[in-house]
Amino acid sequence: MFDESILKTEERAVFTLRSLYATHGYQPYKMSKFEEYDLYARNKDFLVSDSVITFTDTNGKLMALKPDVTLSIIKNYKDEPGVMQRVYYNENVYRVSDETHQYKEILQTGLECMGEIDFYNLCEVLRLAVESLRSLSGEFVLDISHMGILSGLLDQAGVDKDFAAEVSSLIADKNAHEIPRLCAQYGVPQELCDKLVRFVGIYGSRDKVLAELETFCEGEAMEAALQQLRDLSAELDGWKDASRIRFDFSLVNDMRYYDGIVFQGYVEGIPDVILTGGQYDRLMRRMGRKSGAIGFAVYLDLLENFLSERTTYDVDVILLYDDDADLALLDEMAATYMKKGMTVSVQKEKPKKLSCRQLVRFNNKGVEVLETND
Amino acid sequence: MKQMINVALPKGRLGEKVYSMFEAAGYECPSIREKNRKLIFENEETGVRYFWVKPSDVAIYVERGAADIGVAGKDILEEYRPNVYELLDLRTGVCKMMVAAKSDFHDDHSKTLRVATKFVNIARNYYAGKSRDIDIIKLNGSIEIAPILGLSDVIVDIVETGTTLKENDLQVYEDIFPISARLIANKSSFQFKTEQMEELVASLKKQVEEQ
Repeated sequence: MFDESILKTEERAVFTLRSLYATHGYQPYKMSKFEEYDLYARNKDFLVSDSVITFTDTNGKLMALKPDVTLSIIKNYKDEPGVMQRVYYNENVYRVSDETHQYKEILQTGLECMGEIDFYNLCEVLRLAVESLRSLSGEFVLDISHMGILSGLLDQAGVDKDFAAEVSSLIADKNAHEIPRLCAQYGVPQELCDKLVRFVGIYGSRDKVLAELETFCEGEAMEAALQQLRDLSAELDGWKDASRIRFDFSLVNDMRYYDGIVFQGYVEGIPDVILTGGQYDRLMRRMGRKSGAIGFAVYLDLLENFLSERTTYDVDVILLYDDDADLALLDEMAATYMKKGMTVSVQKEKPKKLSCRQLVRFNNKGVEVLETND
Repeated sequence: MKQMINVALPKGRLGEKVYSMFEAAGYECPSIREKNRKLIFENEETGVRYFWVKPSDVAIYVERGAADIGVAGKDILEEYRPNVYELLDLRTGVCKMMVAAKSDFHDDHSKTLRVATKFVNIARNYYAGKSRDIDIIKLNGSIEIAPILGLSDVIVDIVETGTTLKENDLQVYEDIFPISARLIANKSSFQFKTEQMEELVASLKKQVEEQ
């Protein structure tokens, strides 16, 4: 076996999450790096970024380096009544950074639970999301939202599609002050405008949000969503770290794909969302499947920059030797250090850019310490 | 222990005005008024740490979590579209994003429109919405001179009073959107410092309404 301390934070996370998902009966899902571009072209809005790296393969087919894993998993999914298919993956995806407009390779791990999703499956996936976050850091928050509330509100009012898209993006930014201006521009009635402004303020502890929603929800669709949130909240109350699981309706995913519960996880010290997921029955329908599905992804690349400590030294020991050295003895000396769990670089000259805790010179009798940097 | 809130303020006149609002809202930090070259100012009692950054960089500091909150003009937010919460309109630094042109300008739709601007994304989105073919000329300052020298047909820029335009025989051709300073917050920080930030927003909101 090896010393686990050699693992980087993100590598350790990969192992931890893998074993967590495997114990819950999730099967590993390995996929090719490429996928036919057509799959993404048909579901472009589902992707986080618009740009996909494409190339033509030897048969003249337009291929893409996969920007997303979920679509490939659905593509290979076959409806099987009464059966729940559970898979997890650990893959690199390729996306364009909004900031630099350059391609980035992002390490993503996640799971999908596909079949007739019931309350049990919903709780199972949420529990795994919470446990995934907890395994990364004790200081985490999981925000849960239900797409049925906002879509119910907008459908009832029968608003314009463009208005729905624009107001969703304001809600996602918790931007209440621009809603009146947008409503005026689209001629939306004052009553709906006031409701939308109020909606931006509905977030926080689950009890507070549920109380607020009691007087907010009207009509069948919203009531049904509220009932689901009530049931869920009652279940969550019994969980460890229950206070870290909140409701927040600024979490808005594309309504063409998501229709039920959606959620996002944050870890203190990481400025970005680290876990994102939800129930995407509508995407399954669009791709011709009868079953529903729920899943999430964890962005492990964020761990590298934020949770892991910078190493102070490249190696513990630089062991210098010269031409007269007895190589068998030198090898023995290096092995003694390694046995103590130290990292050793054997060199003739000290490399300029290699930092070490200790610089030692080997003479055939033993070592002479030249430099200690502790 | 009270967690500190890191606040990125835009250097310059707007930043000073905004700091006065924070001060009046109970988040003072007297050392900031001292004349020196320090960049970071802290008041442990009120739990805030201010720093001055270039106005166009505020959004980046906040999006990447180096600052929990910040103040940025709507122009910057529209141009860079950072993934942040926009919690409050501070109703200061008010101006408009506009299309301006020489007073005798006639828009010939049979030609590609040459647009000089600092705000490339805003200009591109605005004209894409009108399905207009444009040629963007990115400039970093003195945009007003471009149509005068025939470098561009129009400019997309911020107009505050319109004096510069008038003095150069230019006029506003179309309004794009109104601008004012906005309070923005990092989405992750907001989850962990929720109460503190809500308190701050509420106090600032009172200031805005009393203005």
